[in-house]
Amino acid sequence: MADKIETHTLSVLVDNEPGVLARVIGLFSGRGYNIESLVVAEVDASRHLSRITLVTSGTPMVIEQIKAQLDRLVPVHTVRDLTTEGAHVAREMALIKVVGTGDKRVESLRIADIFRARAVDSTIESFVFEMTGSPEKIDAFVNLMRPLGLVDVSRTGVVAISRGAKGI
Amino acid sequence: MTTATQAPATAAEMTGAEVILKALADQGVEVVFGYPGGAVLPIYDAMFKSNYVRHILVRHEQAAVHAAEGYARSTGKVGVVLVTSGPGATNAVTGLTDALMDSVPIVCLTGQVPTHLIGNDAFQEADTTGITRPCTKHNYLVKDADTLARTIHEAFHVAKAGRPGPVVVDLPKDIQLAKAPYVGPEAIEHRTYRPKRTPDAAAIEKAVELISKAKRPLFYCGGGVVNSGPRASELLTEFVRMTGYPVTLTLMGLGTVPASEPLFLGMVGMHGTYESNMAMHDCDLMINVGARFDDRVTGKLAAFAPNSKKIHVDIDPSSINKNVRVDLPIVGDAGEVLAALIAQWKKKKAKVDGAALAKWWDQIEKWQARDCLRYKASKTIIKPQYALQRLHALTKNLDPYITTEVGQHQMWAAQFLKFERPMHWMTSGGLGTMGYGLPAAIGAQIAHPDRLCIDVAGEASILMNIQEMSTAVQYRLPVKVFILNNQWMGMVRQWQELIHGGRYSESYTEALPDFVKLADAFGGVGFRAAKPSEVDDVIKEMIKVKRPVIVDCCVDQKENCFPMIPSGAAHNEMLLGPEDQAQKPTSEEGMVLV
Ligand SMILES: Cc1ncc(C[n+]2csc(CCOP(=O)(O)OP(=O)(O)O)c2C)c(N)n1
Ligand SMILES: [Mg+2]
Repeated sequence: MADKIETHTLSVLVDNEPGVLARVIGLFSGRGYNIESLVVAEVDASRHLSRITLVTSGTPMVIEQIKAQLDRLVPVHTVRDLTTEGAHVAREMALIKVVGTGDKRVESLRIADIFRARAVDSTIESFVFEMTGSPEKIDAFVNLMRPLGLVDVSRTGVVAISRGAKGI
Repeated sequence: MTTATQAPATAAEMTGAEVILKALADQGVEVVFGYPGGAVLPIYDAMFKSNYVRHILVRHEQAAVHAAEGYARSTGKVGVVLVTSGPGATNAVTGLTDALMDSVPIVCLTGQVPTHLIGNDAFQEADTTGITRPCTKHNYLVKDADTLARTIHEAFHVAKAGRPGPVVVDLPKDIQLAKAPYVGPEAIEHRTYRPKRTPDAAAIEKAVELISKAKRPLFYCGGGVVNSGPRASELLTEFVRMTGYPVTLTLMGLGTVPASEPLFLGMVGMHGTYESNMAMHDCDLMINVGARFDDRVTGKLAAFAPNSKKIHVDIDPSSINKNVRVDLPIVGDAGEVLAALIAQWKKKKAKVDGAALAKWWDQIEKWQARDCLRYKASKTIIKPQYALQRLHALTKNLDPYITTEVGQHQMWAAQFLKFERPMHWMTSGGLGTMGYGLPAAIGAQIAHPDRLCIDVAGEASILMNIQEMSTAVQYRLPVKVFILNNQWMGMVRQWQELIHGGRYSESYTEALPDFVKLADAFGGVGFRAAKPSEVDDVIKEMIKVKRPVIVDCCVDQKENCFPMIPSGAAHNEMLLGPEDQAQKPTSEEGMVLV
């Protein structure tokens, strides 16, 4: 049976007009679909196009529904399922605040180095690290920071793009 | 086509309000259903000064949308609505939702407070685009007079294209008063919204192969065939006859195959015929054209047509595999797909499995022999079914347009009025909106002034938009309201009897108006039938009077609507009559369903 819950990353090209994000979000809340993350920004100013990267989960039938429902929104140009359409690159950025002194502080800096996170702000008792990577990598870093004085996390959500020469 | 008698001197001098009216005229709009208010006064003023469109003044904005629906569904054109901001727009919401659920093309123009006041809680401000976003196919807020004409034309394109639906254009008052450039509809090609109409050739080949090999086939067709236009209904009937396969129709699809067609098994679904539902349960191939596997049709999903392959033709890809997984999806316009199927069938010289088909029809005839629509006739009390049979017998030669309210009377109308043509039957299927029928009949009557338009009503539903009698009288519209008055919210009472142990909580209407006097008070004509012997005379009188009529047909208060698939049950668990009802209690699973 096809009842397995899958997570898919969708790229959606939309007209950058008022209300378009409300339409997308309203679709998800109105029909009870999950949004794990949603990122949107204009990518082509001359054509007023924005790109939404959406991570969602559901059974294969629900994922198909989500794509079909998105596609029939009037301002939507293109819906691509990066998860099924071959390899893609997915990245997220996070800002992570860690507070501590002594060994914990040193340890946090050492781990940040391993994860290639940069300190973008520091006081005598705190760091703000910036890191970019897959969501899993950020999860792992955040988990390691927890016992070392983690106080705050801010994440962008995933942006993604297909590998290879072809555009959306 | 409507032409301007007093067109503004030059396009350069036009105001937004004039641009709006010219855009409507250029879209071929002849009638607008509306209600004025502060935020649309410039449009009403421009209307006063020009002659672009005819305005029908309703008595409530919900009715404006239903009237536009009746107009649209009986003509195939876009229905147009004009209402003011705030309460005008919120009153229209039920109508818009109704049109969305039943895929009716509507353009609804709403007034809005001036752009500089938007968001300030100004007088009669409502976030109309926010409120109507989930109940329209699309909506627009025009914030720049330069985009006004284009937006109106685009709204018509979106309302009609693909699966039709309602579109709102919210029009701030300053935009209506500003100078605005005009562009005609020719200039508009929508950038993104171009739904696919033509089916894939490979899918058509595959479909013909499946169809010709079927042993227990069933056509299951719905409103998508109606929406495709009258040609699609002809093609459907032609294809059904070419195959000799049985066909069933949804509530929305009645009339696409003539009711007199011997291959037609009657309506399918909760109150559909026994033979349709049994055939749906036992078929090995379901050919769905323009229907959406609605829960009123499928019943219990887990037991839905368990041994069948399914072909699903739909213009809306999101309807496919939504609640029922199908084997062969075909995205396209019903008419185009049917034409392609017929062409491929002829090209392949396809044949059906005659022996299997004969056996299948044998089985179907056994189901038909149960005579599932029979009821206990009475000499003293008017049975609602009897009243409708007489209504049909006495009006069928006039090819009437029928609308309904919502409840038992609606289901009986679907069962007992026989539709030979599409676009003559307008009922609120998806939303089930009490109060739909009278305004919808008004809309149909506006479109077909010399034809018989009847709203088959319940006494509870009719009170939800009874004020529209006043509209009918104003425009001398001879609409007929045929009330099957059982003094109960009959459908509610039936469910309470079936599922809630006969605890009739609030389903009896203690105080009803005298509908005959009410007709009179509005300036119409009222008749009452209290005995079976009076029914024919009253119907004949009703037809004869060329004015708005209310018929108060006092029917059996306790009659229930059968057959019925109780919620949560499968097609082969139908209740055929009161005897069955006593024996088969509704499952717990069914109780939570509506
Ligand atoms: C606006 C609205 N409110 C409530 C309902 C729920 N409802 C469905 S049928 C019905 C009773 C209708 O009574 P009546 O019009 O007398 O028709 P009958 O079933 O008696 O033929 C009700 C209340 C509805 N469909 N629409
Ligand atoms: Mg009633």
